Amino acid sequence: MFGWVGSILRVDLTDRTTRTLPLDPALAKQFIGARGLATKIMYDEVDPTVDPLGPQNKLIFAPGPFSGTLAPSAGRYNIVTKGPLTGTIAASNSGGMLGAELKFAGYDLIILEGKADKPVYIFIRDGAVEIRDAIHLWGKEVPDTTDLLRAETDDDAKVACIGPAGERLALIANVLNEMHRAAGRSGVGAVMGSKNVKGLVVLGGGAVKAMDPAGFKTAMVRARNKILAHPVGGQGLKAFGTDVLINILNQTGGLPTRNFRDGYFPTADKVGGESLSATLLKRPKACFGCVISCGRVTEIVNPKYKGRGEGPEYETAWALGPDCGVDDLEAITKANYLCNELGLDPISMGATIACAMDLYEAGIIGLKETGGIPLTFGNAEAVVEMVRRTGLREGFGDKLALGSYRLAESYGHPEFSMTVKKQEMPAYDPRAVQGIGLNYATSNRGGCHVRGYTIASEVLGLPAKTDNLTTEGKAQLDIAFQNLTAALDATGACLFGVFGMEADDLAQMLTKLTGVDYPTEEFLRAGERIWNLERLFNLKAGFTAKDDTLPERLLKAPLPGGPAKGKVNRLGEMLPEYYHLRGWDKNGVPTEKKLKELALV
Amino acid sequence: MANVLMIHPDKCTGCRSCELACSFEKERQFRPRASRVHVFTWEREGVSVPMMCQHCDPAPCVSVCTPGAMRRNQASSRVEWDEARCIRCRMCVQACPFGNAVFDARTNGILKCDSCGGKPECVLFCPNRALEYAEDTLSTRSRKKAFVAKFKEAL
Repeated sequence: MFGWVGSILRVDLTDRTTRTLPLDPALAKQFIGARGLATKIMYDEVDPTVDPLGPQNKLIFAPGPFSGTLAPSAGRYNIVTKGPLTGTIAASNSGGMLGAELKFAGYDLIILEGKADKPVYIFIRDGAVEIRDAIHLWGKEVPDTTDLLRAETDDDAKVACIGPAGERLALIANVLNEMHRAAGRSGVGAVMGSKNVKGLVVLGGGAVKAMDPAGFKTAMVRARNKILAHPVGGQGLKAFGTDVLINILNQTGGLPTRNFRDGYFPTADKVGGESLSATLLKRPKACFGCVISCGRVTEIVNPKYKGRGEGPEYETAWALGPDCGVDDLEAITKANYLCNELGLDPISMGATIACAMDLYEAGIIGLKETGGIPLTFGNAEAVVEMVRRTGLREGFGDKLALGSYRLAESYGHPEFSMTVKKQEMPAYDPRAVQGIGLNYATSNRGGCHVRGYTIASEVLGLPAKTDNLTTEGKAQLDIAFQNLTAALDATGACLFGVFGMEADDLAQMLTKLTGVDYPTEEFLRAGERIWNLERLFNLKAGFTAKDDTLPERLLKAPLPGGPAKGKVNRLGEMLPEYYHLRGWDKNGVPTEKKLKELALV
Repeated sequence: MANVLMIHPDKCTGCRSCELACSFEKERQFRPRASRVHVFTWEREGVSVPMMCQHCDPAPCVSVCTPGAMRRNQASSRVEWDEARCIRCRMCVQACPFGNAVFDARTNGILKCDSCGGKPECVLFCPNRALEYAEDTLSTRSRKKAFVAKFKEAL
C-alpha cells in the first residue's frame, strides 16, 4: 500500500501472543487512519459499556497515512480506547517521533488486547515483536523509564510509556513518548496501567511510500509553504509557543481564572508566551516532520524549582496558572515537568487542583482533607506539591487523581467541577467565546478544545472572524471545525497545520500519497463519518442529549469582570440547531438517513 | 569557489525533515534509515544535532577504496561514490571516523551525502536554516555576525 504501510499488529496481553494481519484497504479508505480507523476498530470489537479499566477494553496506538512522510507537521499518532475519565470513546493525540517510527516498523495500528498478569513492555523491532517483563521498571518516572528501556533495547528506539500515575490508575494519567510528548487526555495512561503495560518500544527501518511521488511533492511543498508564510504557523508559534494565547484570551475576557470564577486575570502577562520566551526558554523544539516548532525546551535555574524539560504550552500554563490563581511562571513550569515525569495530563491536573482550591475557599474542605496544605487560590507551592501527590496518589492526591468531577461529587458539590462528561474544560471561557461552549458540550470526548477549535475564528479571526459573543452561525461553524478536525486527525496531521493549510491541501496530499481519490468534499465527509461513529459509540455507552451540556456556572453565573463582564454561555440557542444541522434527531441521535448517507449502516 | 554544507546545531529543532527530504530524493520513498543525513536528539537536554559527510581531504573513505569508487570530484571538491565501480567491500564504511558512510543491504549501496550534486534537498527542506549550503569562506558568516552584533550594544 501507499501512505498506509498495510499491516496491523495485535498483541494479546493475556495469552502473550502477537499476530500481524493485513490492513483492510476498504476500511482504510473510509476511515483514513489514526483516530478514524482506530475508532472503527473499537466500535466493531469493543462493547461500549465495558469497564474502561477492565481487560475487555482495548488500547490502540494509531498513526495516520501522513505519519512518517514529509506532509508538513504530520508525524502524529493517536491512542484510542474507551476513556476511564469520561466513559466516552477517547482519542488522545501525540506528536514526537513515535507515530512515524510505528510506520517505519511496518504498522498502521497496534492493538493491545486483554491484560498482562504482571508488568510488561512491548518491544517492536520491525517484524519482531516481544512482550518482555517490566517488573523492574514499575514505579519509575517517565524519563528514567525511557532511558532504561533504551538501554535494554536500542539507543535509537522510540519509547511511549506511563509514569507512576498510570500505574496507579489515576483517571487523569497520560502516556508520554520521547519523554515530553503526551497523549494527554481522557485518562489513556490509566488504561495502559490497567493492562500492566509500562511501555511500548519501537524501532523501524522500513519505508512509507507515495503512490505518486512527484504529485505528492508538489502538493506537499505547496502546503508547507502556506504554513511557513502564515504569521501564526510560520512565525508566532516558534517564537512564543502556544502560550502566546494567554494575553490574547485575557484581552477577550475569556481566560478562565480561579476555576472559572472569572474570565480575566490581571497579572496574566507574567505567565504568557512572551514572558516564557524572555525567561525560561532555551530553544524551540519540533515533532517529526514539523515546520512549526511550537515545543518549548525550558530550564529553571532557581534552586527552589530547578529542572529542565519541555513546556509549558498554553493549556498547561493556564491550568496550573491562572485557573489556580497562580502567576508564578517558574512554579507552573516545575508543575508541568512533574506532570511529564509522573505521567499526568496537565489540563485535568491543573483544573482539578483549581476545583479543590474552589472547594477549600468555599469552606467545603479544609486542612484536614488537604493534608495540612492551605489550598487557597494563588498558592503556587501548593500546586507543585499537589501534582506530586497526585502522581503518587499520596494523601489528598489520591482523590485528585480521579479528576475534579469525582472529587467535587465526593463532597456533595459536583457543581464545583468545571467539566463536560467528567473531563476538565481547557483554557477558553465559553461565556466570553460562545461557540467554544457548544464545542465543549458536543465534543465526543467531553471538555476539549481540539475537537472543534472555533477559537481560530471567534478569537484569532482565522480563516475569518466571527463575533465571539454571538451564538448566531456557531452551530454551523462548530460542525465545520469538528468535521475537518476529525479528518485531519485521521491523517496523522497536526491541528496547527491549519494555521496555513486548508482542507484542499490535506485532501490533495492524501490523494497523491495513497493513490485513493479524496476530493475535498469526500475528505470532509470522512471526518463527518468519524464524528458520527464516535457519537454512536457514546450513545451505546449510555450517553444521551442531557450530557451535551456545560457546568451550571457557565450557563447561569455571569462573568464578574473583564471585557466579557456580565455574559453567560447561551448553549440553549445553539444546541437544537447543531443537532438539526448534524442530521440528528432532537435527542441528539443520528437519523437513519444520515447514517446511510455516511455509509455507517 | 566551492560550497560546503554547514550544520548549525543551535538552530536545529530535531524535526528530521532533512532525513525525509534526503531519502525521498535519493530513494523515492520516506525511509530515514536510508537518509544520508541523520539527526541525533538528546531528549533530556532538548538538543538536536544533524550529521552528514563533510567531504574530508584527504578522505579516509577515498584512501581505502581499492577500485576507486569513492573519488574526489576535483571541480566541486566533493567526495562522490561511483556505484558502477564499487565492489561493496565496505572499507569506506569502516574507514570513516564519523560514521558518515553507511552500507545499505536493501539497495546494496553505500549511503553517503553527495550534496545532491550542488542542490542539497536537506537544506531546501530544513525549516530552521539549521542546514546551510554556503560558499566556503562565507560558511560561518552568520555565526560570526550573530556574535559580533553584540558590539552594537557594547560600543
